[in-house]
Amino acid sequence: MTFDEAMECKPFSMDKVEKKAFLNDRLMELTKRHYRESKEYRDILDTLGFDIKSQIAYDELPFVPVRLFKELSLKSVPEEKIVKTMTSSGTTGQAVSRIYLDSRTAANQQKVMARIVSDFLGPERCPMIIIDCPSVTKNREMFSARGAGILGFSIFGQKRIYALNDEMELDFNGLSHFLDTYRGKKILLFGFTFMIWEHFYKKLLKRAEEGERLDLSNGVLIHGGGWKKLLSEAVSPLEFKERLNEVCGLNEVHDYYGMVEQTGCIYVECECGHLHSSIYSDVIARRPSDFSKCEYGEKGILQVISTIPESYPGHSLLTEDEGTVLGEDDCPCGRLGKYFSVSGRIKNAELRGCSDTYAAKF
Amino acid sequence: MRQSFEKIKFLIGSAESLERMAEVPSKTPFDDEICEFLNSLSKALLTSPKNRMYPAVTAFGFFLRKGSIGLLKQRFLKAGEYRLGRGMSFHIAPSNVPVNFAYSLAAGLLAGNPNVVRVPSKEFPEIDLIAEAMRATLEAYEGLKNMISLVRYERDREINDDLSGLCANRIIWGGDSTIEEIRKSPLAPRAKEICFADRYSFAVIDTKAYLDMDPKRVAESFYNDTYLSDQNACSSPRVICWTGNEEAYAKKLFWDSLHEFLKQKFELQSVKAVDKLSSLCLVGASFPEAKPRFVAMQDNLITRVELKKLPMGLMQRLENSGFFFEYSFMDILELKTLCLDKRCQTIGYIGDKRMFMPLLASGIGGVDRIVPIGKTMDFDLYWDGYDLINELSRNISVS
Repeated sequence: MTFDEAMECKPFSMDKVEKKAFLNDRLMELTKRHYRESKEYRDILDTLGFDIKSQIAYDELPFVPVRLFKELSLKSVPEEKIVKTMTSSGTTGQAVSRIYLDSRTAANQQKVMARIVSDFLGPERCPMIIIDCPSVTKNREMFSARGAGILGFSIFGQKRIYALNDEMELDFNGLSHFLDTYRGKKILLFGFTFMIWEHFYKKLLKRAEEGERLDLSNGVLIHGGGWKKLLSEAVSPLEFKERLNEVCGLNEVHDYYGMVEQTGCIYVECECGHLHSSIYSDVIARRPSDFSKCEYGEKGILQVISTIPESYPGHSLLTEDEGTVLGEDDCPCGRLGKYFSVSGRIKNAELRGCSDTYAAKF
Repeated sequence: MRQSFEKIKFLIGSAESLERMAEVPSKTPFDDEICEFLNSLSKALLTSPKNRMYPAVTAFGFFLRKGSIGLLKQRFLKAGEYRLGRGMSFHIAPSNVPVNFAYSLAAGLLAGNPNVVRVPSKEFPEIDLIAEAMRATLEAYEGLKNMISLVRYERDREINDDLSGLCANRIIWGGDSTIEEIRKSPLAPRAKEICFADRYSFAVIDTKAYLDMDPKRVAESFYNDTYLSDQNACSSPRVICWTGNEEAYAKKLFWDSLHEFLKQKFELQSVKAVDKLSSLCLVGASFPEAKPRFVAMQDNLITRVELKKLPMGLMQRLENSGFFFEYSFMDILELKTLCLDKRCQTIGYIGDKRMFMPLLASGIGGVDRIVPIGKTMDFDLYWDGYDLINELSRNISVS
C-alpha cells in the first residue's frame, strides 16, 4: 500500500501484518528521500554507519534524537518550497526545535490529524471551546507548538470561543452564553493539560464554590502537553478527570501524546485509558542499555515513527520520554495498532514539550 | 556574626570559627605540625576498613603518606626563600569529582594557609568518609582546628560575597560557568584568585607498548581516568590517538577489555544513552570532512567514533559518560590540532614519553601535563601549569 492509498484508509484499520508491510515500504522510501535531499541527514546516517542500499525492516532503520532539530536546520526541500516553519515552545534562552514544512507535508499533517481526531469525535464538526488565550495563535509565520496545536484542532470546531483572555483570565460569562446558544449539542474542548488545570479548572472551582457552574456534560475534552507540572502538584490523570467532572460535569476526556517534530501523528487516549498509534505512525520502546526493542509491558525510551514528513527528516525519532508499549491490535476499545502509556520525561533531560514552557515560567 | 553564615552547613568548623578565620596567622609552607596532621590523616584514611570500597579515598590517603609529603617538600620548598601562607583561602570545589576538595584543601594547608572549602552540594560517600576522618584526626591537633572549615551550601551569592570579601586566596574549580558565577563576588584588593577553567584531554596509545601490557590492568587504569568520574573531569581523555602496528587487534583488545570491566562497574544513565547518540549525530553533521564513523559495540556503554582527520573545533562540545573519538597517526605532529588550544590540559599515554618532544617544541598553546594512562586523575601540586605552593604563599625578601 502506498502512502496516498493509506490516506484513504480509516486510521485504526490495519492489523500488524498489513501495517508492517506498509511501514517497511514507506519508511525506507522516506529514509532514502531524506538521505538524498538533506546533506546533514546524509552525513549523520553515514556517521552512524548506515548502508542506504540495505533493505531492512522499518524498526531497524536509524532513528535520530528529537534534540537534533534544536541544533541543526534539517530540511529536505529547497528554501523556496518551505511554506511554514514550526517551533517548539521554549523558554527564553532555551533552544527551540525548527521544523520546516512544504505544502504537501503541511497538508498531510492536517489530514492525518483530522482522521485521527474524527475517530474519537465523530465526523460532525461541533462548537468548540479553546482553553487558551487568543494571542497564542497570532503570529502565523512562527508557529509555536501551542499555537499549532490550537490551529490544528480548530478545524473540528464549527463555532469557536477562547476560554481565556490575553491576561489568562477565565471568560465565564462568555462561556456561559456560548453554552446557552449551543444547548444540547456536543461541545469540543481543547487545551494544554497544565493550562486547563491552572486557568480553567481552578477558576471553575472557585465559581462553583460561589454557586455558579458551567454545564459541560455534553463536552468532549482533548488535552495534551504532558503531565510534568501537574504531577509536581500531585494531580494524577485519574484525579484530573474526576475533578473536572465534579466541577463542570465533563464526562469524556482524552489525553493525547504528540510533538511538534511529528505534528499530525498524535496519539489519542482511548476509552480504556491507552494511547493509540494510528496507521500513519508507530511507537517503539527501546532499552537505554543498547537501544534494543523492549518487550510489551517493558518500560523504555520511546521512538516515534511518522509516515508524514517529506520536507524534513523527522520520520524516525528517538524522544526523551519513557513509556511502555502495552500491546498491538488487542486493546478492548477495538482500535487496531499499538497502544501504550507514557510515564514522563527521562530523568535529567532538558525540558521539552508544549505547555511545560509556560509552566516553567509560572 | 554574618547572617549569610547561618545558611551554611558545616562538615568541619563552625560559623564562629569561620568568622575569625581571616585573623588566623599563616604558617610557613610544609609546616611541621601540618605535615604531621596530614600524616595522621593518611593513617586514619588508610586503616579504616570502610574506606577500602572507595579507591578515590584511599588514593587521597596515599597522597598524604609521610614519604609522599616528604617528596613534595623536597620538590616544592625552595632553599633560601622565606615564605608564608598568603592567608585565608576560599576553595570552591568542582561538583563532578568527589575528592577534589580534599586535594585543594591539602594544597592550601601545605602552603601554610587557613582554609574554607566548599564541597559539592551533591552527596558523595567519599566526602563524608574524608570529613569524618579529618574531624577525628583534628581532635589531636587543637592548634589546627581554626585552619580548616568544610562547608556545604546551595548556590548563594550572599555567602560567596562574604567569603570572597574575607579571603586572601580564592581557588575556583568547576569550570567556566562556575568561574563566571563566583567572579560576581568581589575580592579584597590584595586577594588573589586561581581559576581552573574548562579543559579537555586526550590520550595516545602506542600499540607496541600496549600489547606488552596486561590488558585487564590497562582497562582498570583507563576506567579510573574516565568512567570513574563519568568522563567528566578535565583530565579525562576524550580522544584516543593510536599509533604502531597491529592497530586493529590492539584496538579490539583494548575496548573489549574495557567493556568487560565496565559491565561490572558502570551503569549508564538512560538520558546519557540519548545524549551520546545526539552527540554522535551532531559530530556527523558538523565535521563531515573528518569522515566520522561510529564503531558499534554490543551496547551503549562505550561510544566510539573513528575520525580520518582531527578537525579544529572538535573539542567545542564535550560529551561524557563514555564517548571517545579515535584517530590513527604516523607522525606525532598530526596531533598538533588538539594541542593548539589553551584548553588542552593532559595527555595520557602508553608508550615512550619522549615521542611527545617534537609536539611540545612545535609551538602549542595548550598541554600542561603528560602522564601515563591510569595517572591522569593523580593530583600534583603542579596543576594546570601552576605551582600551587608558590601561588598560595608569599615570599618575604630579607636582605
